[in-house]
Amino acid sequence: MADLRSNFVGIKSPNPFWLASAPPTDKEYNVRRAFEAGWGGVVWKTLGIDPAVVNVNGPRYGAIYGADRRLLGLNNIELITDRPLDVNLQEIKSVKRDYPDRAMVVSLMVPCEEEPWKYILPLVEETGADGVELNFGCPHGMSERGMGAAVGQVPEYIEMVTRWVKASTRMPVIVKLTPNIADIRKPAEAAMRGGADAVSLINTINSITSVDLDLFAPEPTIDGKGAHGGYCGPAVKPIALNMVAEIARDPGLSHMPISGIGGVTTWRDAAEFMALGAGNVQVCTAVMTYGFKIVQEMISGLSEYLDDKSMTSVDQLVRRAVPNVTDWNQLNLNYVAKAKINEDLCISCGRCYAACEDTSHQAIAMREDRVFSVIDDECVACNLCVNVCPVEDCITMEAMTPGTTDPRTGKVVQREYANWTTHPNNPAAAAAE
Amino acid sequence: MSQKVFEPGIAAGRLEAEAYAAQFSDLHPPLDPHEALVAADRCYFCYDAPCITACPTDIDIPLFIRQIATGTPDAAAKTILGQNIMGGMCARVCPTEQLCEQACVREAAEGKPVKIGELQRFATDHLQQQGKHPFERAPSTGKRVAIVGAGPAGLSCAHRLAMLGHDVVVHDARPKPGGLNEYGIATYKTPNGFAQAEVDWLMQIGGITLQNGSALGADITLDGLKADYDAVFLGMGLGGVNALDADGEDKTGVLDAVDFIADLRQAKDVAEVPIGRDIVVIGGGMTAIDAAVQAKLLGALNVTLVYRRGRDRMNASVFEQDLASSKGVRIVTQAVPVAVIGNGAVREIEFEYVDAEMKGTGQMLRLAADQVFKAIGQTLQGDALPALEGRKIKVDGAGRTSVDGIWAGGDCASGGDDLTVTAVAEGRDAAMDIHMALVG
Repeated sequence: MADLRSNFVGIKSPNPFWLASAPPTDKEYNVRRAFEAGWGGVVWKTLGIDPAVVNVNGPRYGAIYGADRRLLGLNNIELITDRPLDVNLQEIKSVKRDYPDRAMVVSLMVPCEEEPWKYILPLVEETGADGVELNFGCPHGMSERGMGAAVGQVPEYIEMVTRWVKASTRMPVIVKLTPNIADIRKPAEAAMRGGADAVSLINTINSITSVDLDLFAPEPTIDGKGAHGGYCGPAVKPIALNMVAEIARDPGLSHMPISGIGGVTTWRDAAEFMALGAGNVQVCTAVMTYGFKIVQEMISGLSEYLDDKSMTSVDQLVRRAVPNVTDWNQLNLNYVAKAKINEDLCISCGRCYAACEDTSHQAIAMREDRVFSVIDDECVACNLCVNVCPVEDCITMEAMTPGTTDPRTGKVVQREYANWTTHPNNPAAAAAE
Repeated sequence: MSQKVFEPGIAAGRLEAEAYAAQFSDLHPPLDPHEALVAADRCYFCYDAPCITACPTDIDIPLFIRQIATGTPDAAAKTILGQNIMGGMCARVCPTEQLCEQACVREAAEGKPVKIGELQRFATDHLQQQGKHPFERAPSTGKRVAIVGAGPAGLSCAHRLAMLGHDVVVHDARPKPGGLNEYGIATYKTPNGFAQAEVDWLMQIGGITLQNGSALGADITLDGLKADYDAVFLGMGLGGVNALDADGEDKTGVLDAVDFIADLRQAKDVAEVPIGRDIVVIGGGMTAIDAAVQAKLLGALNVTLVYRRGRDRMNASVFEQDLASSKGVRIVTQAVPVAVIGNGAVREIEFEYVDAEMKGTGQMLRLAADQVFKAIGQTLQGDALPALEGRKIKVDGAGRTSVDGIWAGGDCASGGDDLTVTAVAEGRDAAMDIHMALVG
């Protein structure tokens, strides 16, 4: 049985599944329930300087649904904790005392001046917390006041604040990054320069979930108006995975520990984040949808997967996929595949045909009796038919054997690797010669 | 349980009074809006979808389901009703398991087709319950068309012709319009007066005059109609019932299943409809099933459906057969009636088992019977009709008969299954051909 214990920048937890700083970690009551359910750690909902902020008294969340109201994306306009600082600190201390084996990280957001940081950090340290996470990501409300994403979008500020924090505490410092920027590596580099022990990402994405077409107002709607919120949940996972990978594969940042956040819902999502470089993961929307119990599936699933792969600890999974993340110009142009339709599995819906015929390469033939087959002369292996097919494994992409001729191009498939950088059509390649 | 279920002979009120409402309530309760969304989401929006091909009226099923899924059920209803003006009734009575839902790729994939029939009902109910009629009548053409029969074929033809601007008069022998929709379908398939509500809704198009109690051969003649109108459409269905060809068939208690079904539909209170303790239904089609199931629902103790061939040859779908079995109807196959026994009224009926070639085996079966319902097929009635093909009026694909200016469709015409949906398609297509003939 694989060992799921995690040691993230010196913060130990029985498993790599933490709850992200968010409503589920706002109070002692919730966090105790989370620990009882089996969560490895929490990042306590962001603390600020008193007087506490106030939240709206109307809806804070908006959602995007799939079939049967399956929640795919969640948007929120909640601010940092709206409870007094000292109540939170007492509760943190109480919970940490009772659950010493769990990770207790405290998220912080104070004005962009050194004094407030110097004030709050000793108070947090006194609770026995294991580390702090700097909330430079919150994209709504707080950013209007020069905090959250307003800091996270300016690398110089990130560096400056991180340096202040490091100077004022012995605790490990995790910098939480906003995805609402052009290049995620820039804020990560700034955090590194400031001395951060790790980065966590992604925070939520600026979003409007939907528009009420009767009120002509964004949702969630408060008295006829709506403001953008932060988007999270399964829908943001691909964006988060890419940002994690961008940092993990950057030579200058590759040693920077990453706490992966963004749509983690199952053990598989967690494993994917870890394979792309995350040392652990943080979860929020999934527990807000299903409750804390899902951690049991995450523990059993990751454990079984590691056993199947003969890995004995989570560290052996971390970064396993990073070497295979590359730039487009490094992809092998001599790799030729063709779609193949398994007629036994095909249910004759014709979606592959509609997609290919209407929007792609006219590479699927349809017979009178609704038998569909790939026209190799036209197939460019784009994968759209695989993506739209409702039957798993019915359409597959089959690599052509080197030495055979691609009927589409009439060229023999080469065994040797060759990419765009050396391709004759590449003006840059020609210029280099 | 009421002791009255054991009472011999024919009696009304065999069940507790409150049991009837449940017995004759909707066979498939309507989908609620969330159920409809979930059901609609299962549609794959197939290319050139097999369900459309399987629908006799060619409803664009993936489109209407997508319209439901995107929150526009009235648009979905318009998609349905544009092809099939009786889409509401068809949603209730179509043997979808043999038509669209059999063709659904999810039937092939997992044995669970998209609930096309129930979704169609969701959409059409949504529109019709608001009283909305989404079609407009074209300016009058001044042409007049007579239609014989206010059933699915006649009303479908009438609506399309009226929409195209023609003036239509529909004659029907019965006191109410609707044909088999009103008189011939099991009560639990179309409760709460839906058939009449649908006719009222359909009539909103304008330009249609209904003349009930106007029978061909008695009150009107084909020659008369031909002289008075620019075109005639015959959709009067099959008025006669085949004979059993067994001794003693004339004894009281031997009844036509269609009459039993019609009486039940017209009854103000089903509890007042008398039913025998022991019932035998003869036949293997939908009418036989509808009669047998409803006899059981009325409280008959023993209901036996006897069919002369094997189950696989029954016209009733497997779903219908299973429905009958689930209600407690016993199904006997490979047996033909030879004698109805009784002193004036039927007491028993004797059958002989037959082999696959319908040869007598000498093995006999006697069943106690207070009532025998015959459901062994209906026949065309009337003379001076256009040329026949077999026992029905011969028509071409557009519904043209051998007589210029006379079209026919539905059960009285050749070709097609005797289904509501087929009749609707034939009426609609004949209307388009009549329109071309009148103005083209």
